[in-house]
Amino acid sequence: MGLLDQEFVDDNIVITKVDDLLNWARLSSLWQVGFGLACCAIEMMATSASHYDFDRFGVIPRASPRQADIIIISGTVTLKMATRIKRLYEQMPDPKYVISMGSCSNCGGPYWEHGYHVLKGIDRVIPVDVYVPGCPPRPEALLEGLLKLQEKIRNESLVKKEVA
Amino acid sequence: MKTHEEVYNLLKEKFGDVIGNSITNLPTESIIEIDPLKIHDISLFLKDTDELKFDNLMLLSGLDDMNDKKVKQEDGTIVDQSGTLSVVYHIESTSLRHKLVLRCSVSKDKPEIESVTHVWHSADFNEREAYDMFGIIFLNHPDLRRILMPYDWEFGYPLRKDYKNPEFYQGMKVPY
Repeated sequence: MGLLDQEFVDDNIVITKVDDLLNWARLSSLWQVGFGLACCAIEMMATSASHYDFDRFGVIPRASPRQADIIIISGTVTLKMATRIKRLYEQMPDPKYVISMGSCSNCGGPYWEHGYHVLKGIDRVIPVDVYVPGCPPRPEALLEGLLKLQEKIRNESLVKKEVA
Repeated sequence: MKTHEEVYNLLKEKFGDVIGNSITNLPTESIIEIDPLKIHDISLFLKDTDELKFDNLMLLSGLDDMNDKKVKQEDGTIVDQSGTLSVVYHIESTSLRHKLVLRCSVSKDKPEIESVTHVWHSADFNEREAYDMFGIIFLNHPDLRRILMPYDWEFGYPLRKDYKNPEFYQGMKVPY
């Protein structure tokens, strides 16, 4: 018989694992860097607005990368901008996540061959957690990408995983 | 309101041989060819003469004329040579409601042309873009540096037909 068994009279109590609690707290308030690049940024803003309402998943644009958990790379990444994005990413505190939104930031998109100024995929500069395809993706697609990221965070653990 | 021919005759009368051909058999607007090292004086004349009053530079654009000759080197490689770059000026008079197209051509070996920034201030960014994309040097420009590409871009001028993209820029792989 355990130490606390049957000790609580009131049933207004929740029992959970530390892992689950931390993950739940983190995935429910993913603050994003207020950062947009091209036409994908318009869709991202539409996703933030009242109709699709990013805020119901706890996603709030933050004006500083130092207070943000995710960065959504929403649009064409030029070589000139890539160096700035890398700096933004490095300024974010751990744990941090990256959503690559749209064909341009996934792989260069329509600029893949003749875009002398375009970085062919943001994953050449920073690690990406979720790729959202589309040109640009509809708000539903971006929401799906966010749900995928939440799923990923939900399965994280404080315990180091051993290779079987 | 003046027609293309009337403006051409006025310019020819005032400046003589500096004014090149008038190209009229085009599906688009007719073009007057100008000496690239006299464009400033001519622009000033076009702007300040009472019967012309070209007060608005609608667009200044650079151009690679795609007239390079393929020259075979001694070691067998083929190199593009002796091509020309052009700058095209689209100007209009807002009060007299007429338009004109000017063109200056320079060789790729020495692409130098007079700036018209001190005549039409809107030429400033347009000339910087032409410099950025084609490497055309605008003499007497107040601030001639790259405008779109990164300042440390050292791989040439991307809209030239003989341009080759680099493999890496600041450690980032550039080709797909």
